[in-house]
Amino acid sequence: MIKALTGNYAVAWAVRLSRVKVVAAYPITPQTTMVEKLAEFIDKGEMDAKMIRVDSEFSALAATWGAAASGVRSFTATSSHGLLYMHEMLWWVAGSRIPLVMAVATRTIGPPWNIWTDHSDIMDQRDTGWIIMMAEHNQEVLDTIIQLYRVTEDPRVFLPGIVGLDAFILTHTTEPVDVPEQYVVDSYLPERRQPYVMSIKEPITMGNIPSSLKDNMKMRWDIHTSMLRAKEVIEEADREWSKLTGRSYGGLIECYRCEDAKAYIVGMGAWVGDMREAVDMLRDEGYDFGLIKIRFIRPFPDDRIAKILGNSKLCLVFDRSVSAGSAGPLYLDLAANMYRLGIRTHIINVLAGLTGLDVRSDEIAYVSRKLYEMIERGEEVKGIVWYFGGDELWL
Amino acid sequence: MTYVKYLPLAKPKVGVSGKTGTWRTERPVYDPSKCVKCDLCWLYCPEGVIEIRASSERYISIDYDYCKGCGVCVSVCPTKALRMEPER
Repeated sequence: MIKALTGNYAVAWAVRLSRVKVVAAYPITPQTTMVEKLAEFIDKGEMDAKMIRVDSEFSALAATWGAAASGVRSFTATSSHGLLYMHEMLWWVAGSRIPLVMAVATRTIGPPWNIWTDHSDIMDQRDTGWIIMMAEHNQEVLDTIIQLYRVTEDPRVFLPGIVGLDAFILTHTTEPVDVPEQYVVDSYLPERRQPYVMSIKEPITMGNIPSSLKDNMKMRWDIHTSMLRAKEVIEEADREWSKLTGRSYGGLIECYRCEDAKAYIVGMGAWVGDMREAVDMLRDEGYDFGLIKIRFIRPFPDDRIAKILGNSKLCLVFDRSVSAGSAGPLYLDLAANMYRLGIRTHIINVLAGLTGLDVRSDEIAYVSRKLYEMIERGEEVKGIVWYFGGDELWL
Repeated sequence: MTYVKYLPLAKPKVGVSGKTGTWRTERPVYDPSKCVKCDLCWLYCPEGVIEIRASSERYISIDYDYCKGCGVCVSVCPTKALRMEPER
């Protein structure tokens, strides 16, 4: 059924349809209405779950994890400073290999105090061992939360996962969303599976001092290897979902007008919608631009991107966060992996939209056109450029 | 589990770190005549070394091989049926 839903309500509907049994969360703008809606579903008896009210985000993930470890599907959600406060627990959850799903309303980090979107919070979690996905629109939010329960609980994976949705641009913007019937989701999601269940009947200890550091390091290898296997599982989950609903997003990446493209815009999150329009404008002007939308930052779709960039002459990676003193994290991942896979193309990092600074589709086209022309003319362009909107491009 | 090979799990067993009772500088000593069988010492002991023996004259038994002498049981005992004595 088509409903008019904000991104946050799409999250709540996906969690309800996934038959989540425990929700624990602490409110933070702009995540709050996700959990408010879930509380309403539970209160009305429309969702058979327990809501645990906690004192902080650290406790929120700890409680969600505890519930998941004891064998039930669980959910939490946070944003920005809350996610950073949770950061240590993210390592513990992934290290324990207990599957659960979290929604992150991607929001910048202070100071100064700021509630608008960028990707500083979610990109800080890249090394934790969580699967990390960024959505473009509210339908994708709903679909991917359901898919991630399937992916995270797959024995080939057994890792937790995040669905990121841009603050306000998705969380508080209403879009038509096709909400599937319960039986559709029930036929898609198997019974919960996890590597072990914490039970007082059969006591086990998780995470005490290792008796062998070799085994400890092999646990890290195991997380990495499972993450690599997750690529296939994510694509499989996308295909199976498409059979039931007709909606497919291509798995790890989605390409737009890539067929005969020689130059590429790469981005992730809600502004990919603006990038589509920018590519249309550039195509109309005769520029051979295509778009690569990154859906999953972890596992990183290295080989999937390499296949496309093989014959390219230019790749502009738009980052909505920066690792100060180095470059944008999406660019770093992409450039390093393309080098490793033998792809030699001109890769430029465009830092834009940080701290919630709005970037319009014509501005994305402006930057792309300008850099394209400079490269064509053989002018020197530094690997990292800053764009502040309008014609304010700091080369 | 065929895919995930390395998990940070351990099965609990007694004495995996040796006899930790040797760390003790003071030991709890039990006086059954003052004991009201409230079970608080058993509940609060962080090491699980206090055992209830309901049918015995000595209602509790302390495993001194692993009791670290923290004194929590003495603190929570409402009738002073437990007291700390220095180790010799």
